[in-house]
Amino acid sequence: MTTSETMARESAKSSGQTYKPQDGLLLEVEDLHVEFHTPDGIARAINGVNFDLFEGQTLAILGESGSGKSVTAQAIMGILDMPPAVIPKGQIRYCGQDLLTMPDEQRRRTRGPEISMVFQDALSSLNPVFPVGWQIAEMFRVHRGMNKSDALERAVKLMQRVQIPAAKERVGAYPHQFSGGMRQRIMIAMAIALDPAVLIADEPTTALDVTVQAQIMALLQELQEERQMGLILITHDLGVVANVADKIAVMYAGRIVERADVYDLYRQPGHPYTKGLLESIPRLDQKGQQLAAIGGLPPNLMRIPEGCAFNPRCKFAQDVCREDRPALLEVAPGRESACHFAEEVLHG
Amino acid sequence: MAEAILTATDLVKYYPIKGGVLRRKVGDVKAVDGVSFELLKGETLGIVGESGCGKSTLGRLLMRLEEPTSGSVVFDGVDMYAQKGRAMRKLRRDIQIVFQDPYTSLNPRKTVGDIVGEPFDIHPDVVPRKGRRKAVQDLLDLVGLNPEHINRYPHQFSGGQRQRIGIARGIALNPKVLICDEPVSALDVSVQAQVVNLMEKLQDELGLSYIFIAHDLSVVRHISDRVGVMYLGKMAELGEEDDIYGRPTHPYTQALLSAVPVPDPTLRDKKEQIVLKGDVPSPANPPSGCRFHTRCWKAQDKCKTDIPLLELRPDGAGEHLSACHFAQPREIIETIDVSDLADGDLDTGRRDTASLEPVGDGPADS
Repeated sequence: MTTSETMARESAKSSGQTYKPQDGLLLEVEDLHVEFHTPDGIARAINGVNFDLFEGQTLAILGESGSGKSVTAQAIMGILDMPPAVIPKGQIRYCGQDLLTMPDEQRRRTRGPEISMVFQDALSSLNPVFPVGWQIAEMFRVHRGMNKSDALERAVKLMQRVQIPAAKERVGAYPHQFSGGMRQRIMIAMAIALDPAVLIADEPTTALDVTVQAQIMALLQELQEERQMGLILITHDLGVVANVADKIAVMYAGRIVERADVYDLYRQPGHPYTKGLLESIPRLDQKGQQLAAIGGLPPNLMRIPEGCAFNPRCKFAQDVCREDRPALLEVAPGRESACHFAEEVLHG
Repeated sequence: MAEAILTATDLVKYYPIKGGVLRRKVGDVKAVDGVSFELLKGETLGIVGESGCGKSTLGRLLMRLEEPTSGSVVFDGVDMYAQKGRAMRKLRRDIQIVFQDPYTSLNPRKTVGDIVGEPFDIHPDVVPRKGRRKAVQDLLDLVGLNPEHINRYPHQFSGGQRQRIGIARGIALNPKVLICDEPVSALDVSVQAQVVNLMEKLQDELGLSYIFIAHDLSVVRHISDRVGVMYLGKMAELGEEDDIYGRPTHPYTQALLSAVPVPDPTLRDKKEQIVLKGDVPSPANPPSGCRFHTRCWKAQDKCKTDIPLLELRPDGAGEHLSACHFAQPREIIETIDVSDLADGDLDTGRRDTASLEPVGDGPADS
């Protein structure tokens, strides 16, 4: 097959369906709710999440375990186990089309060419009984209908692109023959194989050592700039976020409690939870002092507190916080906070 | 200077690799390969390093959960590995450990009271039988748990609370040394700070010495008086916390520190980043000479043949222990002027790792 043939087939994206972002707007998540119906009750993992993602933008979703950040990603990808998960409300629009109401087959075709994802644990995300090259090539065979040898050739190119040494020789190797960092590179190669417009990276470096983490984050950033992808970076690491994000959405108990530009947020957090998180990182000038820990524990998603979910742990909490759930409102140009006392937090 | 409570000399731990039909020994995983240090009374010694560098094995050796291949540990004037039976059991009272994973290190079938009180069953003379329940409740109170929860099971607690249970068990016998193996790694940031604060409080109140093993460099910096950096079973650098973080002289320490993402977006492009090539080589077949030479930008022929000793080397302001032939201080935390760099320091700030040479691919490769 000649190169031009390959290109022609690719441009017609197998479904024939084309998606065009309007003014660079790729993804709109609107009032998304996700619940898990378990024998013990209903766990409300996501309770009204809104955000937009533009081309070339890096949006970081920051939160602790149980805050709903991974569930948000899975809902966008459409890989939640339903049941037990239920999406009672909300829309996820990709280039204007609601993914949640789309026919299954059409949605399946968006996974890979349009939206794709890198998972935290590469070892359990890769299939242990197939060579990595075969797994990358599968993307081309299934979505592009390429034959085996062409697809494999493309896989080698991708492995080279993600800087796997001796890619040609290692295309037939199995996942367990690679180190953690190399496996994560293979995951990234699979995710970018079909040139998606949106890449979701769910804790891509959490399982890796810091020196390898630096390599992987540099690679992700490079690929994003090269392809102008919209990148959703899901993490709990305030350091990683500071280094790569444009915008940050901070999640707590299934809601976005603060959203701001990365520079604004670190300079001056607008929500007590964000403030607490930033203060609980050990800093140089605090040597020998107590860390400013946030008291208490994250809430149980089956029993989220009335009013503001953060109120039992919050220094600013008043009666109104226990009764009335604050909405995510603009508190300064380009930044939003869901706190009754956002002004005080921001300026106090 | 305070006196040393624990002295490790030339500790070595090899794990045999067996292969072939007869399961003969075909090699060794050199997990810890000649580590020496002192722990002073009341201090916290941080041990940092990446996965596979041998820091957890070191912790287990100090507890004598593993027998060393060679080397010695002297605890309070007593040679630990020469002790047997009753004497060893008595010694164990003084050295306790807190494990990383609070989900697997607590027996799910036992109540908190049983878990925290178990040390008293093994060492019955510490607290009389009648007083045990009270002693356990006091311990729970000390680590910030509700003493009334003594009859609950581990699954009824959150990760941070479980780690507190692990700490309560660790300090039950009033030890002199507490080995903390990644005690906060599994915890969320907000909870991590609570546990770090608790550990510092306990150290002040009980006069404990800590060996704090972790891979999180900022937490280690916060809690430690001195810090040791390990790479492939050897100590690369050891010194006061200021020496290691402010004036690191070993290239590995410098790379490690530069790789830590700083939670400050304004430093984004100003911070020097040394991107290391490849992965940590396999400890079954570590590189000759300096173990870091395969990834080091300063490496010369000497590094491939001569093992650099951990000795005092100048760091600009004084001197501290470093195991590099070409030890040279370098500021990592603050921005440095690129024009000040010597020609050999080429790899700095490099984002593009495309020209990677094929290097060993970590333990999984062997």
